[in-house]
Amino acid sequence: MTDALSASPVPVQVADAAQAGSLSVAVSDLTEGVRRWYVWHRMGWQDIRLRYRRSMLGPFWLSISMGIMMIALGVLYSSLFKINIHDYMPFLAAGLVVWGLISTTLIEGCSVFIDSEGLIRNVSLPLSTYVYRILWRNLVVFAHNLVVYFGTALWFGIWPGMTGLLSVIGLLLFIINATWAVLLMGILSARFRDIPPVISSLIQVLFFFTPVIWKPELAADRASLIHFNPFAHMVEVMRAPLLGNLPGVENWLTVVIMAVVGWYVTLRLYMRLRHRISYWV
Amino acid sequence: MVMARIILDDVTVEFPLYHTGNRSLKKSLLSSWTGGRIARDASDRVCVKALDRVSLSFEHGDRVALVGINGAGKTSLLRVLAGIYYPVGGRIQVEGQIAPLFEIGLGMDGEATGYENIILRGLLYGLTPKQCRERIEEIADFTELGEYLNMPVRTYSEGMKIRLAFAVATSIHPEILLMDEWIGTSDARFLEKARRRMEAFVQRSSILVLASHSMEIVTKWCNKAVLMHQGAVRKAGPIDEVMHSYNELIHST
Repeated sequence: MTDALSASPVPVQVADAAQAGSLSVAVSDLTEGVRRWYVWHRMGWQDIRLRYRRSMLGPFWLSISMGIMMIALGVLYSSLFKINIHDYMPFLAAGLVVWGLISTTLIEGCSVFIDSEGLIRNVSLPLSTYVYRILWRNLVVFAHNLVVYFGTALWFGIWPGMTGLLSVIGLLLFIINATWAVLLMGILSARFRDIPPVISSLIQVLFFFTPVIWKPELAADRASLIHFNPFAHMVEVMRAPLLGNLPGVENWLTVVIMAVVGWYVTLRLYMRLRHRISYWV
Repeated sequence: MVMARIILDDVTVEFPLYHTGNRSLKKSLLSSWTGGRIARDASDRVCVKALDRVSLSFEHGDRVALVGINGAGKTSLLRVLAGIYYPVGGRIQVEGQIAPLFEIGLGMDGEATGYENIILRGLLYGLTPKQCRERIEEIADFTELGEYLNMPVRTYSEGMKIRLAFAVATSIHPEILLMDEWIGTSDARFLEKARRRMEAFVQRSSILVLASHSMEIVTKWCNKAVLMHQGAVRKAGPIDEVMHSYNELIHST
Protein backbone atom coordinates (compact mmCIF):
# COMPACT_ATOMS: atom_id res chain seq x y z
CA MET A 1 0.00 0.00 0.00
CA THR A 2 1.35 3.39 -0.98
CA ASP A 3 -1.39 5.34 0.65
CA ALA A 4 -0.18 8.34 2.63
CA LEU A 5 -2.49 7.63 5.52
CA SER A 6 -1.59 3.99 5.85
CA ALA A 7 2.10 4.70 5.52
CA SER A 8 2.01 6.75 8.69
CA PRO A 9 2.18 4.79 11.94
CA VAL A 10 -1.12 3.37 13.11
CA PRO A 11 -2.94 5.92 15.21
CA VAL A 12 -3.79 4.49 18.60
CA GLN A 13 -6.60 6.03 20.58
CA VAL A 14 -7.13 5.16 24.18
CA ALA A 15 -10.09 6.33 26.21
CA ASP A 16 -9.79 5.29 29.81
CA ALA A 17 -12.46 6.38 32.26
CA ALA A 18 -9.87 6.37 35.03
CA GLN A 19 -7.74 8.92 33.22
CA ALA A 20 -10.46 11.29 32.09
CA GLY A 21 -9.83 14.98 32.57
CA SER A 22 -6.09 15.52 32.31
CA LEU A 23 -4.70 18.91 31.34
CA SER A 24 -2.65 17.52 28.46
CA VAL A 25 -5.76 16.11 26.79
CA ALA A 26 -7.51 19.47 27.00
CA VAL A 27 -4.49 21.34 25.66
CA SER A 28 -3.94 18.89 22.82
CA ASP A 29 -7.59 19.30 21.84
CA LEU A 30 -6.93 23.03 21.49
CA THR A 31 -3.67 22.67 19.56
CA GLU A 32 -4.96 19.87 17.35
CA GLY A 33 -7.81 22.18 16.39
CA VAL A 34 -5.33 24.87 15.37
CA ARG A 35 -3.25 22.39 13.41
CA ARG A 36 -6.29 21.39 11.39
CA TRP A 37 -7.11 25.00 10.59
CA TYR A 38 -8.44 24.05 7.16
CA VAL A 39 -11.51 22.44 8.70
CA TRP A 40 -12.85 25.47 10.57
CA HIS A 41 -11.57 27.81 7.89
CA ARG A 42 -13.80 26.09 5.38
CA MET A 43 -16.75 25.69 7.73
CA GLY A 44 -16.60 29.37 8.70
CA TRP A 45 -16.68 30.52 5.10
CA GLN A 46 -19.47 28.11 4.38
CA ASP A 47 -21.51 29.66 7.21
CA ILE A 48 -21.13 33.10 5.70
CA ARG A 49 -21.85 32.02 2.15
CA LEU A 50 -24.91 30.14 3.36
CA ARG A 51 -26.28 33.27 5.01
CA TYR A 52 -26.05 35.29 1.83
CA ARG A 53 -26.64 32.57 -0.70
CA ARG A 54 -28.17 33.75 -3.96
CA SER A 55 -28.04 37.39 -2.90
CA MET A 56 -26.23 39.59 -5.35
CA LEU A 57 -24.05 41.51 -2.93
CA GLY A 58 -23.38 38.55 -0.69
CA PRO A 59 -21.49 39.28 2.50
CA PHE A 60 -21.32 42.96 1.58
CA TRP A 61 -24.84 43.17 2.93
CA LEU A 62 -23.07 43.07 6.27
CA SER A 63 -21.19 46.24 5.41
CA ILE A 64 -24.30 47.89 4.04
CA SER A 65 -26.47 47.24 7.08
CA MET A 66 -23.66 48.37 9.34
CA GLY A 67 -23.33 51.53 7.24
CA ILE A 68 -27.03 52.31 7.43
CA MET A 69 -27.09 51.79 11.19
CA MET A 70 -24.05 54.02 11.57
CA ILE A 71 -25.38 56.89 9.49
CA ALA A 72 -28.76 56.82 11.22
CA LEU A 73 -27.28 56.73 14.72
CA GLY A 74 -24.58 59.22 13.80
CA VAL A 75 -26.96 61.86 12.56
CA LEU A 76 -29.42 61.32 15.40
CA TYR A 77 -26.99 61.29 18.31
CA SER A 78 -24.66 64.00 17.08
CA SER A 79 -27.65 66.34 17.14
CA LEU A 80 -29.01 64.95 20.44
CA PHE A 81 -25.66 65.15 22.21
CA LYS A 82 -24.87 68.36 20.31
CA ILE A 83 -21.45 67.15 19.25
CA ASN A 84 -19.59 67.88 16.07
CA ILE A 85 -20.48 65.24 13.52
CA HIS A 86 -16.89 65.27 12.14
CA ASP A 87 -15.71 64.17 15.50
CA TYR A 88 -18.55 61.84 16.36
CA MET A 89 -19.05 59.87 13.15
CA PRO A 90 -15.61 58.15 13.00
CA PHE A 91 -15.80 57.45 16.74
CA LEU A 92 -19.22 55.85 16.32
CA ALA A 93 -18.17 53.88 13.24
CA ALA A 94 -15.10 52.39 14.92
CA GLY A 95 -17.08 51.68 18.08
CA LEU A 96 -19.97 49.96 16.31
CA VAL A 97 -17.68 47.78 14.22
CA VAL A 98 -15.67 46.70 17.25
CA TRP A 99 -18.75 46.21 19.39
CA GLY A 100 -20.35 44.13 16.66
CA LEU A 101 -17.37 41.80 16.71
CA ILE A 102 -17.38 41.43 20.49
CA SER A 103 -21.11 41.00 20.95
CA THR A 104 -21.87 38.57 18.13
CA THR A 105 -18.85 36.45 18.98
CA LEU A 106 -20.09 36.09 22.53
CA ILE A 107 -23.73 35.52 21.62
CA GLU A 108 -22.88 32.95 18.96
CA GLY A 109 -20.27 31.50 21.29
CA CYS A 110 -22.96 30.42 23.73
CA SER A 111 -24.45 28.04 21.21
CA VAL A 112 -21.12 26.85 19.83
CA PHE A 113 -21.57 23.25 20.99
CA ILE A 114 -25.37 23.20 21.00
CA ASP A 115 -25.49 24.18 17.32
CA SER A 116 -22.77 21.72 16.34
CA GLU A 117 -24.67 18.84 17.90
CA GLY A 118 -24.98 16.98 14.60
CA LEU A 119 -21.25 17.06 13.96
CA ILE A 120 -20.21 16.44 17.54
CA ARG A 121 -22.29 13.28 17.73
CA ASN A 122 -21.15 11.95 14.38
CA VAL A 123 -17.49 12.72 13.81
CA SER A 124 -14.66 13.00 16.27
CA LEU A 125 -13.06 16.32 15.47
CA PRO A 126 -11.29 18.22 18.25
CA LEU A 127 -14.05 20.16 20.01
CA SER A 128 -11.97 23.32 19.71
CA THR A 129 -12.65 23.19 15.95
CA TYR A 130 -16.15 24.48 16.58
CA VAL A 131 -14.84 27.30 18.76
CA TYR A 132 -12.38 28.41 16.10
CA ARG A 133 -15.12 28.22 13.51
CA ILE A 134 -17.18 30.81 15.41
CA LEU A 135 -14.15 33.07 15.85
CA TRP A 136 -13.14 32.81 12.23
CA ARG A 137 -16.65 33.49 10.98
CA ASN A 138 -16.90 36.59 13.13
CA LEU A 139 -13.49 37.85 12.08
CA VAL A 140 -14.55 37.59 8.44
CA VAL A 141 -17.69 39.57 9.22
CA PHE A 142 -15.53 42.08 11.10
CA ALA A 143 -13.31 42.51 8.06
CA HIS A 144 -16.37 43.33 5.96
CA ASN A 145 -17.60 45.82 8.54
CA LEU A 146 -14.19 47.42 8.77
CA VAL A 147 -14.77 48.68 5.23
CA VAL A 148 -17.48 50.90 6.68
CA TYR A 149 -15.08 52.33 9.20
CA PHE A 150 -12.42 53.09 6.60
CA GLY A 151 -15.05 54.65 4.37
CA THR A 152 -16.08 56.95 7.20
CA ALA A 153 -12.50 57.77 8.09
CA LEU A 154 -11.77 58.72 4.49
CA TRP A 155 -14.91 60.82 4.24
CA PHE A 156 -14.03 62.81 7.36
CA GLY A 157 -10.37 62.91 6.46
CA ILE A 158 -9.04 60.91 9.42
CA TRP A 159 -5.87 58.91 9.08
CA PRO A 160 -4.76 56.87 12.10
CA GLY A 161 -1.14 56.75 10.89
CA MET A 162 1.33 54.38 12.51
CA THR A 163 -0.73 54.24 15.69
CA GLY A 164 -3.33 52.40 13.66
CA LEU A 165 -1.01 49.40 13.58
CA LEU A 166 -1.58 49.01 17.30
CA SER A 167 -5.09 47.87 16.53
CA VAL A 168 -3.53 44.63 15.29
CA ILE A 169 -2.29 44.02 18.83
CA GLY A 170 -5.73 44.96 20.09
CA LEU A 171 -7.27 42.45 17.73
CA LEU A 172 -4.83 39.76 18.86
CA LEU A 173 -5.76 40.41 22.48
CA PHE A 174 -9.38 40.16 21.50
CA ILE A 175 -8.80 36.79 19.82
CA ILE A 176 -6.98 35.46 22.87
CA ASN A 177 -9.79 36.59 25.14
CA ALA A 178 -12.60 35.58 22.82
CA THR A 179 -11.25 32.03 22.53
CA TRP A 180 -11.60 31.32 26.21
CA ALA A 181 -14.85 33.24 26.43
CA VAL A 182 -16.47 31.25 23.61
CA LEU A 183 -15.17 27.98 25.03
CA LEU A 184 -16.41 28.82 28.52
CA MET A 185 -19.79 30.05 27.35
CA GLY A 186 -20.11 27.02 25.08
CA ILE A 187 -19.45 24.55 27.91
CA LEU A 188 -21.77 26.29 30.35
CA SER A 189 -24.52 26.72 27.77
CA ALA A 190 -24.37 23.08 26.70
CA ARG A 191 -25.03 22.11 30.30
CA PHE A 192 -27.35 24.94 31.35
CA ARG A 193 -29.67 25.94 28.55
CA ASP A 194 -30.68 29.18 30.27
CA ILE A 195 -27.27 30.72 29.74
CA PRO A 196 -27.64 31.80 26.08
CA PRO A 197 -30.70 34.02 26.66
CA VAL A 198 -29.12 35.42 29.84
CA ILE A 199 -25.97 36.36 27.95
CA SER A 200 -27.75 37.90 25.01
CA SER A 201 -29.89 40.15 27.19
CA LEU A 202 -26.84 41.04 29.27
CA ILE A 203 -25.01 42.07 26.13
CA GLN A 204 -27.90 44.21 24.98
CA VAL A 205 -27.73 46.10 28.27
CA LEU A 206 -23.94 46.35 28.13
CA PHE A 207 -24.21 48.00 24.73
CA PHE A 208 -25.69 51.04 26.45
CA PHE A 209 -23.38 50.91 29.46
CA THR A 210 -20.23 50.71 27.36
CA PRO A 211 -18.98 53.86 25.64
CA VAL A 212 -19.89 52.91 22.09
CA ILE A 213 -22.55 55.42 21.11
CA TRP A 214 -21.52 57.90 23.80
CA LYS A 215 -18.07 59.26 24.38
CA PRO A 216 -16.25 58.34 27.59
CA GLU A 217 -15.88 62.06 28.41
CA LEU A 218 -19.65 62.21 28.91
CA ALA A 219 -19.33 59.94 31.92
CA ALA A 220 -16.47 61.84 33.53
CA ASP A 221 -18.37 62.04 36.83
CA ARG A 222 -19.36 58.38 36.65
CA ALA A 223 -15.92 56.98 35.91
CA SER A 224 -16.61 53.67 37.66
CA LEU A 225 -19.02 52.91 34.84
CA ILE A 226 -16.00 52.55 32.60
CA HIS A 227 -13.34 51.38 35.06
CA PHE A 228 -15.20 48.28 36.14
CA ASN A 229 -16.57 47.38 32.74
CA PRO A 230 -14.20 44.94 31.03
CA PHE A 231 -16.02 45.51 27.76
CA ALA A 232 -15.10 49.20 27.85
CA HIS A 233 -11.42 48.28 28.03
CA MET A 234 -11.72 45.66 25.30
CA VAL A 235 -13.44 48.16 23.02
CA GLU A 236 -10.91 50.87 23.76
CA VAL A 237 -7.91 48.64 23.03
CA MET A 238 -9.23 48.04 19.52
CA ARG A 239 -10.96 51.33 18.84
CA ALA A 240 -8.41 53.90 20.02
CA PRO A 241 -5.69 52.88 17.52
CA LEU A 242 -8.24 52.95 14.69
CA LEU A 243 -8.88 56.61 15.54
CA GLY A 244 -5.19 57.33 15.82
CA ASN A 245 -5.13 57.44 19.63
CA LEU A 246 -3.17 55.38 22.11
CA PRO A 247 -5.14 53.15 24.48
CA GLY A 248 -4.37 53.80 28.14
CA VAL A 249 -2.18 51.58 30.31
CA GLU A 250 -5.26 50.68 32.32
CA ASN A 251 -6.93 49.39 29.15
CA TRP A 252 -4.02 47.16 28.18
CA LEU A 253 -3.58 45.85 31.69
CA THR A 254 -7.24 44.97 32.18
CA VAL A 255 -7.39 43.11 28.92
CA VAL A 256 -4.21 41.15 29.61
CA ILE A 257 -5.31 40.25 33.13
CA MET A 258 -8.66 39.20 31.73
CA ALA A 259 -6.88 36.85 29.33
CA VAL A 260 -4.77 35.24 32.05
CA VAL A 261 -7.58 34.76 34.54
CA GLY A 262 -10.04 33.71 31.84
CA TRP A 263 -7.74 31.08 30.38
CA TYR A 264 -6.90 29.71 33.82
CA VAL A 265 -10.54 29.23 34.77
CA THR A 266 -11.57 27.95 31.34
CA LEU A 267 -8.76 25.43 31.08
CA ARG A 268 -9.55 23.98 34.49
CA LEU A 269 -13.17 23.63 33.49
CA TYR A 270 -12.43 22.28 30.02
CA MET A 271 -10.09 19.71 31.49
CA ARG A 272 -12.85 18.35 33.68
CA LEU A 273 -15.78 18.64 31.32
CA ARG A 274 -14.48 18.24 27.77
CA HIS A 275 -15.48 14.59 27.46
CA ARG A 276 -18.93 15.29 28.89
CA ILE A 277 -19.87 17.75 26.15
CA SER A 278 -20.87 15.10 23.61
CA TYR A 279 -23.30 13.73 26.20
CA TRP A 280 -24.85 17.12 26.87
CA VAL A 281 -25.53 18.39 23.38
CA MET B 1 0.52 -4.39 6.53
CA VAL B 2 -1.34 -2.27 9.02
CA MET B 3 -3.18 -4.28 11.60
CA ALA B 4 -6.24 -2.75 13.07
CA ARG B 5 -7.47 -3.72 16.47
CA ILE B 6 -10.20 -2.71 18.89
CA ILE B 7 -10.24 -3.68 22.54
CA LEU B 8 -13.05 -2.75 24.88
CA ASP B 9 -12.59 -3.55 28.51
CA ASP B 10 -15.56 -3.18 30.84
CA VAL B 11 -16.80 -0.12 28.99
CA THR B 12 -19.77 1.60 30.56
CA VAL B 13 -21.63 4.56 29.10
CA GLU B 14 -24.30 6.44 30.97
CA PHE B 15 -26.43 9.32 29.85
CA PRO B 16 -27.32 11.86 32.44
CA LEU B 17 -30.99 12.72 32.09
CA TYR B 18 -31.50 16.35 32.85
CA HIS B 19 -35.22 16.73 33.05
CA THR B 20 -35.94 20.36 32.28
CA GLY B 21 -35.82 21.35 35.91
CA ASN B 22 -32.42 19.91 36.61
CA ARG B 23 -30.88 21.37 33.52
CA SER B 24 -31.81 24.94 34.30
CA LEU B 25 -29.46 27.25 36.05
CA LYS B 26 -32.12 28.30 38.51
CA LYS B 27 -32.45 24.88 39.98
CA SER B 28 -28.71 24.44 40.25
CA LEU B 29 -28.24 27.77 41.94
CA LEU B 30 -31.17 27.21 44.25
CA SER B 31 -29.98 23.78 45.20
CA SER B 32 -26.53 25.08 46.03
CA TRP B 33 -28.10 27.76 48.21
CA THR B 34 -30.45 25.50 50.03
CA GLY B 35 -27.69 22.99 50.70
CA GLY B 36 -28.04 19.85 52.72
CA ARG B 37 -30.51 17.22 51.83
CA ILE B 38 -32.32 19.03 49.05
CA ALA B 39 -29.05 19.71 47.25
CA ARG B 40 -28.26 16.07 47.31
CA ASP B 41 -31.68 15.28 45.95
CA ALA B 42 -31.26 17.77 43.15
CA SER B 43 -27.87 16.47 42.10
CA ASP B 44 -28.99 12.87 42.34
CA ARG B 45 -29.17 12.57 38.57
CA VAL B 46 -31.18 9.99 36.79
CA CYS B 47 -28.90 8.11 34.42
CA VAL B 48 -29.67 5.84 31.55
CA LYS B 49 -27.14 3.11 31.16
CA ALA B 50 -26.52 2.86 27.43
CA LEU B 51 -23.64 0.41 27.71
CA ASP B 52 -23.17 -1.84 30.67
CA ARG B 53 -19.67 -3.24 31.18
CA VAL B 54 -19.08 -4.19 27.58
CA SER B 55 -15.92 -6.18 26.91
CA LEU B 56 -15.18 -7.06 23.30
CA SER B 57 -12.23 -7.30 21.00
CA PHE B 58 -12.10 -7.12 17.23
CA GLU B 59 -9.16 -8.08 15.06
CA HIS B 60 -8.00 -7.48 11.55
CA GLY B 61 -10.45 -8.89 8.98
CA ASP B 62 -13.44 -8.93 11.30
CA ARG B 63 -16.69 -7.88 9.72
CA VAL B 64 -18.90 -7.43 12.70
CA ALA B 65 -22.66 -6.99 12.70
CA LEU B 66 -24.18 -5.30 15.72
CA VAL B 67 -27.67 -6.63 16.17
CA GLY B 68 -30.32 -6.16 18.79
CA ILE B 69 -33.70 -4.55 19.22
CA ASN B 70 -34.12 -0.77 19.31
CA GLY B 71 -32.40 0.79 22.29
CA ALA B 72 -30.12 -2.16 22.83
CA GLY B 73 -27.05 0.08 22.70
CA LYS B 74 -25.85 -0.45 19.13
CA THR B 75 -25.48 3.21 18.26
CA SER B 76 -23.91 4.05 21.61
CA LEU B 77 -21.36 1.32 21.07
CA LEU B 78 -20.53 2.69 17.61
CA ARG B 79 -20.10 6.18 19.06
CA VAL B 80 -17.79 4.93 21.77
CA LEU B 81 -15.73 3.16 19.11
CA ALA B 82 -15.58 6.37 17.10
CA GLY B 83 -14.21 8.27 20.08
CA ILE B 84 -17.29 10.46 20.33
CA TYR B 85 -18.54 9.23 23.68
CA TYR B 86 -15.92 8.97 26.36
CA PRO B 87 -16.61 5.97 28.57
CA VAL B 88 -17.84 6.63 32.08
CA GLY B 89 -16.25 3.40 33.21
CA GLY B 90 -13.72 1.03 31.71
CA ARG B 91 -11.20 1.44 28.95
CA ILE B 92 -11.18 1.30 25.19
CA GLN B 93 -8.20 1.05 22.89
CA VAL B 94 -8.51 1.53 19.14
CA GLU B 95 -5.58 0.98 16.80
CA GLY B 96 -6.10 2.29 13.31
CA GLN B 97 -7.64 5.17 11.45
CA ILE B 98 -11.39 5.28 12.01
CA ALA B 99 -14.13 6.44 9.66
CA PRO B 100 -17.54 6.78 11.25
CA LEU B 101 -20.46 6.72 8.82
CA PHE B 102 -23.43 7.48 10.96
CA GLU B 103 -25.52 10.03 9.17
CA ILE B 104 -25.92 10.59 5.47
CA GLY B 105 -26.58 14.31 5.52
CA LEU B 106 -23.84 15.01 8.00
CA GLY B 107 -22.05 18.26 7.32
CA MET B 108 -23.45 18.36 3.82
CA ASP B 109 -24.02 21.81 2.46
CA GLY B 110 -27.10 21.61 0.26
CA GLU B 111 -26.14 24.73 -1.66
CA ALA B 112 -22.61 23.58 -2.43
CA THR B 113 -21.85 21.28 -5.34
CA GLY B 114 -21.11 17.58 -5.09
CA TYR B 115 -17.40 18.24 -5.58
CA GLU B 116 -17.32 20.83 -2.80
CA ASN B 117 -19.11 18.43 -0.51
CA ILE B 118 -16.64 15.67 -1.25
CA ILE B 119 -13.87 17.92 0.01
CA LEU B 120 -15.86 19.07 3.02
CA ARG B 121 -16.67 15.54 4.09
CA GLY B 122 -13.11 14.46 3.55
CA LEU B 123 -11.99 17.18 5.94
CA LEU B 124 -14.56 16.09 8.51
CA TYR B 125 -13.18 12.57 8.32
CA GLY B 126 -9.70 13.84 9.05
CA LEU B 127 -8.15 14.15 5.58
CA THR B 128 -5.99 17.11 4.68
CA PRO B 129 -7.10 19.33 1.77
CA LYS B 130 -4.29 17.83 -0.31
CA GLN B 131 -5.44 14.28 0.32
CA CYS B 132 -8.99 15.32 -0.59
CA ARG B 133 -7.87 16.71 -3.92
CA GLU B 134 -5.81 13.62 -4.67
CA ARG B 135 -8.81 11.38 -4.20
CA ILE B 136 -11.50 13.49 -5.73
CA GLU B 137 -11.39 11.82 -9.15
CA GLU B 138 -11.55 8.33 -7.73
CA ILE B 139 -14.45 9.33 -5.50
CA ALA B 140 -16.29 11.01 -8.37
CA ASP B 141 -15.93 7.89 -10.50
CA PHE B 142 -17.28 5.64 -7.81
CA THR B 143 -20.39 7.73 -7.21
CA GLU B 144 -21.32 7.54 -10.93
CA LEU B 145 -23.01 10.88 -10.45
CA GLY B 146 -21.27 12.42 -13.45
CA GLU B 147 -22.50 15.92 -14.23
CA TYR B 148 -24.58 15.99 -11.06
CA LEU B 149 -21.37 16.56 -9.12
CA ASN B 150 -21.34 20.11 -10.45
CA MET B 151 -24.86 20.73 -9.15
CA PRO B 152 -25.90 21.73 -5.64
CA VAL B 153 -26.44 18.76 -3.39
CA ARG B 154 -29.94 19.93 -2.49
CA THR B 155 -31.01 18.67 -5.92
CA TYR B 156 -29.85 15.15 -5.07
CA SER B 157 -32.10 12.29 -4.09
CA GLU B 158 -31.49 10.49 -0.83
CA GLY B 159 -29.87 7.61 -2.69
CA MET B 160 -27.48 9.93 -4.49
CA LYS B 161 -26.41 11.46 -1.20
CA ILE B 162 -25.70 7.99 0.15
CA ARG B 163 -23.47 7.26 -2.83
CA LEU B 164 -21.53 10.41 -2.21
CA ALA B 165 -21.18 9.73 1.50
CA PHE B 166 -20.21 6.11 0.99
CA ALA B 167 -17.68 6.93 -1.69
CA VAL B 168 -15.94 9.51 0.47
CA ALA B 169 -15.93 7.34 3.57
CA THR B 170 -14.41 4.33 1.86
CA SER B 171 -11.93 6.41 -0.09
CA ILE B 172 -10.19 7.67 3.01
CA HIS B 173 -8.81 4.15 3.38
CA PRO B 174 -9.51 3.89 7.07
CA GLU B 175 -8.45 0.78 8.88
CA ILE B 176 -11.75 0.76 10.71
CA LEU B 177 -15.12 1.58 9.22
CA LEU B 178 -18.11 2.10 11.48
CA MET B 179 -21.55 2.15 9.91
CA ASP B 180 -25.05 2.67 11.15
CA GLU B 181 -28.15 1.32 9.45
CA TRP B 182 -28.67 3.65 6.51
CA ILE B 183 -26.77 1.78 3.84
CA GLY B 184 -29.84 -0.37 3.24
CA THR B 185 -31.76 2.46 1.62
CA SER B 186 -29.84 2.64 -1.63
CA ASP B 187 -30.84 0.77 -4.76
CA ALA B 188 -29.86 -2.83 -5.37
CA ARG B 189 -27.33 -2.13 -8.11
CA PHE B 190 -25.41 0.35 -6.00
CA LEU B 191 -25.68 -1.92 -3.01
CA GLU B 192 -23.96 -4.65 -4.98
CA LYS B 193 -21.22 -2.25 -6.02
CA ALA B 194 -20.89 -1.02 -2.47
CA ARG B 195 -20.59 -4.57 -1.23
CA ARG B 196 -17.77 -5.27 -3.68
CA ARG B 197 -15.98 -2.11 -2.63
CA MET B 198 -16.55 -3.00 0.97
CA GLU B 199 -15.12 -6.46 0.47
CA ALA B 200 -12.02 -5.08 -1.20
CA PHE B 201 -11.81 -2.58 1.57
CA VAL B 202 -12.08 -5.14 4.34
CA GLN B 203 -9.46 -7.29 2.67
CA ARG B 204 -7.07 -4.35 2.70
CA SER B 205 -6.64 -5.08 6.40
CA SER B 206 -9.51 -3.54 8.23
CA ILE B 207 -12.37 -3.92 10.56
CA LEU B 208 -15.98 -3.22 9.71
CA VAL B 209 -18.53 -2.69 12.43
CA LEU B 210 -22.06 -2.39 11.12
CA ALA B 211 -25.27 -1.84 13.04
CA SER B 212 -28.25 -3.03 11.09
CA HIS B 213 -31.70 -4.54 11.28
CA SER B 214 -31.51 -5.91 7.77
CA MET B 215 -30.95 -9.63 7.95
CA GLU B 216 -29.90 -9.68 4.32
CA ILE B 217 -27.15 -7.09 4.64
CA VAL B 218 -25.89 -8.53 7.87
CA THR B 219 -25.55 -12.07 6.58
CA LYS B 220 -24.06 -10.97 3.27
CA TRP B 221 -21.46 -8.62 4.68
CA CYS B 222 -20.47 -9.89 8.05
CA ASN B 223 -18.68 -12.92 9.43
CA LYS B 224 -19.13 -12.10 13.09
CA ALA B 225 -21.90 -10.64 15.14
CA VAL B 226 -22.54 -9.13 18.52
CA LEU B 227 -26.00 -9.35 20.00
CA MET B 228 -26.71 -6.43 22.28
CA HIS B 229 -29.53 -6.39 24.79
CA GLN B 230 -30.24 -3.62 27.26
CA GLY B 231 -26.77 -2.18 26.89
CA ALA B 232 -24.95 -5.43 27.53
CA VAL B 233 -23.45 -8.02 25.23
CA ARG B 234 -25.72 -11.03 25.22
CA LYS B 235 -23.77 -13.05 22.73
CA ALA B 236 -20.74 -12.53 20.51
CA GLY B 237 -19.20 -14.86 17.99
CA PRO B 238 -19.66 -16.32 14.49
CA ILE B 239 -22.56 -14.80 12.66
CA ASP B 240 -24.76 -17.91 12.38
CA GLU B 241 -24.77 -18.66 16.08
CA VAL B 242 -25.44 -15.09 17.09
CA MET B 243 -28.20 -14.62 14.54
CA HIS B 244 -29.81 -17.76 15.86
CA SER B 245 -29.87 -16.31 19.37
CA TYR B 246 -31.13 -13.03 17.96
CA ASN B 247 -34.07 -14.76 16.31
CA GLU B 248 -34.85 -16.56 19.54
CA LEU B 249 -34.73 -13.25 21.40
CA ILE B 250 -37.09 -11.58 18.96
CA HIS B 251 -39.58 -14.39 19.03
CA SER B 252 -39.49 -14.81 22.77
CA THR B 253 -40.47 -11.21 23.44
